[in-house]
Amino acid sequence: MRQRENVLRMIDWLTIGLYLLLVVFGWFTIYAASYDFDNSSWIDFSARHGKQLIWIAFALVLAVLVLLIDSKFYNNFAYVFYALMIGLLIVTIFVAPDVKGSHSWIRIGSFQIQPAEFAKYATLLCLAKFMSSYQFTIQNKRNLLLSLFIIFLPALIIIAQSETGSALVFFSLLLVLFREGMNGIVLVLGALAVLFFILVLRFNNLPDVGDTSELYGFICAFVVACLVAVLFVYLYTRDKICVRALLVSGGIIWLVGGIVHYFYPGILLTWVAYVQIGITMMMLLGWSFRVRRKAYFMVALFLVATIGLAMTADYAFNKVLAPHQQIRIKIVLGLEDDPQGAGYNVRQSQIAIGSGGVTGKGYLNGTQTKLNYVPEQDTDFIFCTIGEEHGFLGSSLFVIVYAFFMIRLIYIAERQRSAFSRIYGYGLVSIFLFHFFINLGMVTGITPVIGIPLPFISYGGSSLWGFTIMLFTFIRLDANRMEVLQHR
Amino acid sequence: MQYKRKHQDSRSRQIVIAMLVVLVAVLFILRLFSLQVLNDTYKDSADSNAFLRKTIYPSRGLILDRDGRLVVSNQPVYDVMMVMREMVNFDTLSFCEVMNISKAGFDERIKEIKNRRKNPAYSRYTPQVFIPQISFEEYGLLQEKLFRFPGIFVQQRVARQYTLPCAALQIGSLGEVTQRQLQEDSYYKRGDHKGQSGIEKQYEEALRGQKGVEILLRDVHGRIKGKYNDGANDIAPIPGKNLQLGMDLELQAYGEQLMQGKMGSIVAIEPKTGEILAMVSAPSFDPALLVGRERSQNYAQLSSDETKPLFNRPVMAQYPPGSTFKLVQALIMQQEGIFTRNTLLPCKKGYYYTRTRKVGCHDHKSPIDLPTSIETSCNAYYCYGMHRMLDERLDKYGSVQGAYNVWRDYVFGMGFGDELGIDYPGEKGGVVYRSSTYDKIYGKRGWRSSTIISISIGQGELLATPLQIANLAAFIANKGYFYTPHLVRMVGNDSVDVQYRTPHKVTIKDAYFDVVIEGMYRAVKKGTARFGQIPGVEFCGKTGTAQNPHGDDHSIFMGFAPKDDPQIAIAVYVENSGFGATWAVPIASLMIEKYLHRTIDPSRKAIEQRMMEKSFY
Repeated sequence: MRQRENVLRMIDWLTIGLYLLLVVFGWFTIYAASYDFDNSSWIDFSARHGKQLIWIAFALVLAVLVLLIDSKFYNNFAYVFYALMIGLLIVTIFVAPDVKGSHSWIRIGSFQIQPAEFAKYATLLCLAKFMSSYQFTIQNKRNLLLSLFIIFLPALIIIAQSETGSALVFFSLLLVLFREGMNGIVLVLGALAVLFFILVLRFNNLPDVGDTSELYGFICAFVVACLVAVLFVYLYTRDKICVRALLVSGGIIWLVGGIVHYFYPGILLTWVAYVQIGITMMMLLGWSFRVRRKAYFMVALFLVATIGLAMTADYAFNKVLAPHQQIRIKIVLGLEDDPQGAGYNVRQSQIAIGSGGVTGKGYLNGTQTKLNYVPEQDTDFIFCTIGEEHGFLGSSLFVIVYAFFMIRLIYIAERQRSAFSRIYGYGLVSIFLFHFFINLGMVTGITPVIGIPLPFISYGGSSLWGFTIMLFTFIRLDANRMEVLQHR
Repeated sequence: MQYKRKHQDSRSRQIVIAMLVVLVAVLFILRLFSLQVLNDTYKDSADSNAFLRKTIYPSRGLILDRDGRLVVSNQPVYDVMMVMREMVNFDTLSFCEVMNISKAGFDERIKEIKNRRKNPAYSRYTPQVFIPQISFEEYGLLQEKLFRFPGIFVQQRVARQYTLPCAALQIGSLGEVTQRQLQEDSYYKRGDHKGQSGIEKQYEEALRGQKGVEILLRDVHGRIKGKYNDGANDIAPIPGKNLQLGMDLELQAYGEQLMQGKMGSIVAIEPKTGEILAMVSAPSFDPALLVGRERSQNYAQLSSDETKPLFNRPVMAQYPPGSTFKLVQALIMQQEGIFTRNTLLPCKKGYYYTRTRKVGCHDHKSPIDLPTSIETSCNAYYCYGMHRMLDERLDKYGSVQGAYNVWRDYVFGMGFGDELGIDYPGEKGGVVYRSSTYDKIYGKRGWRSSTIISISIGQGELLATPLQIANLAAFIANKGYFYTPHLVRMVGNDSVDVQYRTPHKVTIKDAYFDVVIEGMYRAVKKGTARFGQIPGVEFCGKTGTAQNPHGDDHSIFMGFAPKDDPQIAIAVYVENSGFGATWAVPIASLMIEKYLHRTIDPSRKAIEQRMMEKSFY
């Protein structure tokens, strides 16, 4: 009894307020997105907004249930959950019917559920439990590898369900490893890899450049890599002589190469870039032998990896990715312009958002989304309706509120005394951030179209319940923050 | 110590993650700013996507005659429309039976509709025209059984309807806008109809009114989802203005009857206003031929007809004015002091301008005075006049060229040469050479009156349209001024443009007109036009013959009546009918009688019948 009171007092009502605000706003947006000019009843359980009302009611029941459960339960049963979920994911591959090529929905009666939405939850619990276990340190290779295994096992199974979008969400959990002490350089290198990948795809074989023998993608990637290498050398060794030597040699190579290219166009700039990255690499290797420091060697290795990545990027893009994925990426990179084809969604969603202007068209007055110009207007592309009807002011406010919600979660995570709760909290933030970034990014045309919902806003029961359970578990853990759990 | 460092490290990692969240938010706000604030193009795309601006066509203005009788009105026509998507379980055979088409014809038409090259706007969801403009009877038949044909409906449109089958060329017709017209005037959209000829074209802007717009919301499949903003942004159409013509519909129809089987023109003008009472181009045709489904077929047939029914002779055909031009000469010569009423001149069956070369003339008494020269249409008289004008006034005008230019100014002042400027598209002017043109042909000192003597009697390098000759009749009737002839009298409630209400004057003394009118009166009374007398009407006129190098000469008559209070000025041309008196005079007199008396005297019924029955082709 005493504990119950305590829990109610310790609950973070601000977060619950933000949650309710987002869910209610989401429902109104779904109503607007599926608004029928002829039949505008607010409560109609055959319509999408009517169904969403049921999902919300159910979600609130789930939220209360989650708050009622003792916080130790989550810690104790984390591994069991995880094991069950892995089993369920595998079963789903074989049981689920084919929906647009993906096998991710289980049908129970007239009711469909997507286990992948709940796999995030189980993975989060499991990861939190493992990383908060006694004597866990991320510097231990075995611990690190096991953590990565926990993260990527469900992701692989979900890829097998052909739900690549949901699988990518698990990558966001790397942010948790970073918070728990993993070297930040890993994330930086990862970001650089993505950058080089994009540069190579974007600028190799530009459609509007006549001379196709120049590989501008390689040139950009190599030059950026050399500059990053110089930065690394400076940050890790503070060796100004080496930095100066690298910069001067690079400058001379480009000057000479540029002049030669000008008079003999047969000498390609691509070759100059190869020469430059090659010489930079040789200089770093020489330096590492001369002063006997590993750092130079590692930077040289980074350059080798860059060349390897760049060379395989084209190959990977053409041979590994499925054609529809290639096209989606090309559209985002501006390599393909096909407003009626695969670029249609992105184009239409930008038209819808752009047409909102500064102040928007007003609630229920959006025309693009309601008239079905934007596909999946109430699920993945729900933000179009917000952009169209509430304009720049409204949608910016939405972005700010959502960011504040995530910052609030970081704040709560940091005040935890228990590592389990803190790790869980950061995992939650990472997942929200990833969904938020990719969803808004694809709708506004800055990331590829990866079909993942906007948490609490998009239509759909599984997604709403999944995120509700995850969030309220955290709120429940937070309510017990004063009781230090047994571990660490 | 170690704990402290660890704590600091955690703190900075926490800040990095929080900064990441802030960075993402800032990125999106910038992106939204560029999409929603900096860029306007998306707004336009959105509008054209989702709004269906449905055009509401205004009713086209009616056309009335001078007495308010309806000449052109609107009639409903019916297009059979189909929506492909809704045509499930379609009973093609019974539909073909009702529409009286073959199954093959049906399939052919469906194929045409679905061909996106020919029909770029095709969609399974939107109505397509299956058969345009079915008749009311066909519509009735279909309407009864319409419920059996899902996806088929009938859309009402408006087409032109004509009270009488006459004045086809003058009124003109409507046709679908051409590619060029679409580019020139953004008012029109593909498939719109506009006036393509005649008054319909000339007064298109007044007749068409202003289209309205109804803004509907349309979904991605093109289906209508309701009215935008409850119609608050709609624009109501403005109906077209009615036109009132100067034309007397009855007179027009009568003129076309008289000209049956002939080629030629009648132009009748009210001298006091310049309003055209009738403008007949023969052969004529029923304007209804150019309405509806058979339009293009009929048009092709008319344009390949050898008698050129689509050639609007009154304003487009150029003929030598012949003897009617002597009236112009008589006026100029008097004003210039070359002739007086009583100037006597000899005619020895012609005018000898060298010892052996002459302009011939027919047999009549000699010498004669000016009115008699008009009555008998003497050629020699006017050759003398032209000789004196050009060759004997060097003291006054310095040169032949100088004198010719003075003469030419008079001629232009009476409406010859350039187009008159009638409110009808495609009017042609006449021809009156410049002195510089003669200089080019003969050299500066190489020509005098004898060189160009045939123009003194309206032949040679002179051409005029029937409209110009009718205008000359009006000019003489008015004794010195004319209004630019025009077909339309009122546009809506406004008078016609001010250019048609401004008189054109030439300074010639009234007395000189009296002399000419006396000659014209005597021509009808006992001279060349004596077959044209109308009981109880004092009627003045002048015959003419336009030489035709291709066959029989064209018969011309121009005149006006009554003599002292002219109500009607007229010019009649009958092609290939020989001497002016035989055909043109009686037709003109019947027209005048019809206009002044509204009926033909029984004594003249025989002439009327003879005129109507005669055919020259």
